[in-house]
Amino acid sequence: MKSRKGKDPGKRALSRRSFLKGAALTSAGAVAAATLGHLDRAQAAEPALPEGVAEQLGPGPVAIDLKINGVSRHLAVEPRVTLLRALREDLGMTGAKLVCDRGACGACTVHLDGAPVTACMILAVDARGHEITTIEGLGEPGRMHPLQEAFVDTDAMQCGFCTPGMVMSLAAALKQNPAADLDAIRHSVAGNICRCGTYPHVFAAALRVARAAAKGNT
Amino acid sequence: MSRRVTLNLGIPEAPREITVVLPDDEPVPWQLGHNFAIVGQETPRVDGPAKATGAAHYTYDIALPGMLYGAILRSPYPRARVRGVDLSAARRLAGVRAALKVTDGEIRFAGQEVAAVAAVSSDIAADALGLIKVDYEPLPFVVDMESAAAAGAPSVFSGSNVGKPSASNRGDVEHALAGAAHRIEATYSTPVQTHVSLETHGALAHFDGGALTVWCSTQGVFTVRDDLAVLFNLPPDKVRVISEYLGGGFGSKFGASPEIAIAARLAKESGAPVKVMLPRGDEHLATGNRPNSEQKVRFGSDSAGKLVAIDLVQRGSGGIGGGAGSSGPFKMVYPCPNVRTEERNIYTNAGPSSPMRAPGWPQGMFGLEMAMDEMARKIGMDRLEFRRLNNDNPIRAIELELGARSFGWSEKSAAKISTGPMRRGIGVACAAWHALGFSGPEALAIAHRDGRVEIRCGTQDIGTGTRTALAIVAAEELGLPIAMVSSEIGDTRYPFSLPSGGSMSSPSNTPAVRQAAAHLKDKLFKIAAPMLGAEPADLEARDAVIRVRFDPSRKAAFKDVCRRIPGDSISAGGERIPNYAAYRPDQAGCQFAEVEVDTETGVVRVLRVVAVHDAGTMLDPLTSRSQINGGVLMGIGYALFETRRMDPQLGLMVNPTMDDYKLVGPLDVPQIDVMFVEVLNGGTNTGVLGIGEVAHVASAAAVACAVSDAVGAPLRELPLTPDRILAALGHP
Repeated sequence: MKSRKGKDPGKRALSRRSFLKGAALTSAGAVAAATLGHLDRAQAAEPALPEGVAEQLGPGPVAIDLKINGVSRHLAVEPRVTLLRALREDLGMTGAKLVCDRGACGACTVHLDGAPVTACMILAVDARGHEITTIEGLGEPGRMHPLQEAFVDTDAMQCGFCTPGMVMSLAAALKQNPAADLDAIRHSVAGNICRCGTYPHVFAAALRVARAAAKGNT
Repeated sequence: MSRRVTLNLGIPEAPREITVVLPDDEPVPWQLGHNFAIVGQETPRVDGPAKATGAAHYTYDIALPGMLYGAILRSPYPRARVRGVDLSAARRLAGVRAALKVTDGEIRFAGQEVAAVAAVSSDIAADALGLIKVDYEPLPFVVDMESAAAAGAPSVFSGSNVGKPSASNRGDVEHALAGAAHRIEATYSTPVQTHVSLETHGALAHFDGGALTVWCSTQGVFTVRDDLAVLFNLPPDKVRVISEYLGGGFGSKFGASPEIAIAARLAKESGAPVKVMLPRGDEHLATGNRPNSEQKVRFGSDSAGKLVAIDLVQRGSGGIGGGAGSSGPFKMVYPCPNVRTEERNIYTNAGPSSPMRAPGWPQGMFGLEMAMDEMARKIGMDRLEFRRLNNDNPIRAIELELGARSFGWSEKSAAKISTGPMRRGIGVACAAWHALGFSGPEALAIAHRDGRVEIRCGTQDIGTGTRTALAIVAAEELGLPIAMVSSEIGDTRYPFSLPSGGSMSSPSNTPAVRQAAAHLKDKLFKIAAPMLGAEPADLEARDAVIRVRFDPSRKAAFKDVCRRIPGDSISAGGERIPNYAAYRPDQAGCQFAEVEVDTETGVVRVLRVVAVHDAGTMLDPLTSRSQINGGVLMGIGYALFETRRMDPQLGLMVNPTMDDYKLVGPLDVPQIDVMFVEVLNGGTNTGVLGIGEVAHVASAAAVACAVSDAVGAPLRELPLTPDRILAALGHP
């Protein structure tokens, strides 16, 4: 394992995310995992493997497997690397965007076991064992998901940088509530920010899909 | 060589014949009565599938083999002298490939570039920044405009921080004010706004042999090319700049800004491709902003309510940049015989301003329209009626009428709705812009043997739908469905075009594309003529068919004509010639807003906006509506939420994030109704105008007027945060 003794890269201002990163350096991702609500034994971390901490990762690269869009991908990442960076920089899947880097804008939204999450707030090591779906797994230009088709038809995009995140948030919401109404749709993208202000057409795209679903059900 | 053509321009209600002299190879401008096939239809943007699937590759998404990640160290001090930069520890960190000092020693704002590194991963690059030792000598600074303008303030550059006034004068304002039947006087203030493009500024730079290639998040590939050619002492043709997709710019992405030059310098030093994309915080600090404003306004009117005097004394600060004026609307929107304006830049130790969506206008329109409301109330006249009385633009008169009816201005004025603590208010504001575009752009139209047509133009798409606009124009001219036309843009290897900004792209580029398509059509007609036993001049193209005009049964499919192309393809160029006479030199527009104010919490909710606009020939109502929605929503954010907050003690921005700097989100979106008035405007062969700026200039003003109406007192300072609302309501 690579040692970086005597260097102090953590001297810069502590953000919420760098706190997460720091925590994972010592505690098997306990804090980040707890935010995902699936690790029950997470306790306050001590430097030397406290009780209840199952593994120590890093600080050097760790070999992990991630299941992305149904395919198992093998990669080596430092424990501090977010799922977003792993997707983008290690796996070349650039649909999810880094915009705010603190879970405030939704541009990096992917699905973790079907639920929308911001990939900038999850460490890659904590995504092990989960089914990850990215925008690349939802559809392609010649074979689009109905929601993506609706995005195109209603022009639910301008610069398009927020679009993959919007699509992923809404795809998850519409899967759970296929006949969602406008209010439900607005709330399901409440965490997705678009500087171009293209929201009205985003709502229209989702409503189009929801209405088609409602029709199909009756 | 040239010919005289009489055009029927304008709107059906008020047409006007205008005679122009056109070069022989310039297509006859689209005019009233033209039988359009695609123009005016709702055409989904042609790159929609790429964007909706994540397949669109932005600068930020491009990776090259062996690519390094660059990062920039910025000054934590608002003003300092850099006595030394020690890069040695950073250079020794495993994975670091280059380190540079990028400061000249003078720091004038917190966030200014000091040093830069390139490393094998973005995390290692960030680590390396922490190892750079900088010896700063902190110096006195000033970040607020009031203090900066005061005597004895620390100098941002040298001497006074108060710039030379920029003045305009028509008539005699003081005399007119003295004789006015009604007068008002008030001061209006707006905050510094940052652009917050979702894709931050940045570039991927690569030196290969003697040539530099840069993928760049830019609104002007040719501007960046020329800047880099000078910086690196290269002939412009040895610099290639590519911007295939761009994640927003809003005016902040012209030219080779520091991070672009740094990416190229790091690439040169490391001998590897280097990508620098700014972190979100840096984007707020260093890549531009809309200056704040303080506008002292005096109005005078005659007894009938006609404006007789407009006086504006204004100052604003774009940090270490200028361009803080806001007089445009005061001079251009309402006719008035006596208008005087005076503007001053105040320099402060804050990041430099840059153009932002209709520079100067949202702030000026807020001051102008708030003053219009105060004047109307003083006179005792309905606010809409007061605007109608002082409007001389026939297009805007129609727009005000349409908007008022759709909005229900009279009904809402008659019945004020108040439910418990919730109070409603309405407002209206006018819009204007002068977006005729410029000559300079060229385009190439290429027909392939399989019938596909390709348009090449070195413009770029900031999200407005440039590819789609160009494809629509070419498809219209060639009589093709949009699916048979593709637009290739965003590369300095394509024919020259201008930066995308100021709503100038469509009016500057579409005429070049139409001319290129027309020239290509001429060449195809020469191929088709012998096939149809006719003269080229007797042919027309429509519905993917080329046929004889007076005998439509003699026809050939466009594809079949293309099969006769002797080589692989044929091409034709087109150029954008200077503007000729137009129906109007400007755009009008107006927006109506209804808001609800919670008088207990001070929270404002915008309920509905009606936006009525003209953009010359309406190419695509679908993508145009997207731009109007966006202009309105950005205006709501400007009116209610957005402000760059500076700590005067530390000289730092305290909210350089996307949670503390609040943008309009999905839950803030009102019902927005968009209406278009089509004006076959001439001026160019397409008569198309841009719509990005005019969509935005009235929005904050309309909302602010509505909030003031709900509160029952003028709110003269943006943003209209709950504390200000409560203060206006008399809460302590």
